[in-house]
Amino acid sequence: MTSFFLNGKPVTVDDDPSTPLLWVIRDSLGLTGTKFGCGMALCGACTVHLEGAAIRSCVAPLSRVSGKHVTTIEGLSPDLSHPLQRAWIEIDVPQCGYCQSGQIMSAAVLLKENPKPTDKDIDEAMSGNICRCGTYSRIRRAIHRASQLATERRPS
Amino acid sequence: MTAVNASRYRHSSALLCSASALSLLMVCQITVIHAAPQGPKPDANASREAFLQVYKVFTSPRCQNCHPPGDSPLQGDDSHVHLQNVRRGKDGHGVYSMRCNTCHQTTNLPGDHMPPGNPKWLLPTPEHKMVFVGRSPAELCRQLKDPKQTGGRSLQQLLEHVSSDDLVGWAWDPGDGRTPPPLSRAETVAQMKIWVEGSAACPQ
Repeated sequence: MTSFFLNGKPVTVDDDPSTPLLWVIRDSLGLTGTKFGCGMALCGACTVHLEGAAIRSCVAPLSRVSGKHVTTIEGLSPDLSHPLQRAWIEIDVPQCGYCQSGQIMSAAVLLKENPKPTDKDIDEAMSGNICRCGTYSRIRRAIHRASQLATERRPS
Repeated sequence: MTAVNASRYRHSSALLCSASALSLLMVCQITVIHAAPQGPKPDANASREAFLQVYKVFTSPRCQNCHPPGDSPLQGDDSHVHLQNVRRGKDGHGVYSMRCNTCHQTTNLPGDHMPPGNPKWLLPTPEHKMVFVGRSPAELCRQLKDPKQTGGRSLQQLLEHVSSDDLVGWAWDPGDGRTPPPLSRAETVAQMKIWVEGSAACPQ
């Protein structure tokens, strides 16, 4: 049995400790917002947060998260109020949408560490997340917009 | 793709990306360990010769890929720039959502060219890049003897780095699809000791 916190709630699963976290999240715990892309940590579609840092859940064994806090796209906010979610909706970023939860989870780490990123910062943070539809320019715009929204939300 | 991922997704035709890496599986070579010779200290010629052996190891892909001239690590037996525009970062661990342990685990993952792993996975820091790539034997030799470039490490400390450091040791257990250095770790350490004990003479 392995126990950890998923989106703030304690969970316990009996999957093999070597099982990639992605499948535990999707199949055992039923949260399907996190996507399978390549299974080799090459595309970023499976990105989630472990203790606030981005990890590729398709290659991270369940044992890595024992006792720790994992956040998926479903846990980013309870009501789509995260600045990235608001910006994504406002700019209508997705085309097919498959990679977008991974994109947003990577962007969330960027904005947490760097609330006012430059284009270069965005490129360096997001270059591990591939979008086959080519929505990169909208992703970049949405990250800048989310940065603005987060600032507006802060009390002056 | 791991066996688990493959079995979970065997019907998929929607892979978003594919490995672009080499497909050649290299068999690790088991080599005989040679102890450092006992007796009088090696002379400068022996020291220089020993350094040339060490140089072969340091400029093999398993060592030089983490000692690049730029701010991106290298990958593969052809030492290509790491995919995904991976950056060194201020601490050698990457940047933002592209940290080393975003993808690299504490152990190698099974399968050709799957992400290799080690608990210490990182690059040298920007202050002491310790570039191996493109260095001639003489240049690399002088660099290793320059405390300003080694972060103050002495030759004995560098010898310890090569003989004992976990991450350095990964080079000789690099996982599927990656060729280990041309000398074993024990042979490398033995040659490095000859070099150091022979007054760390540099090739011309």
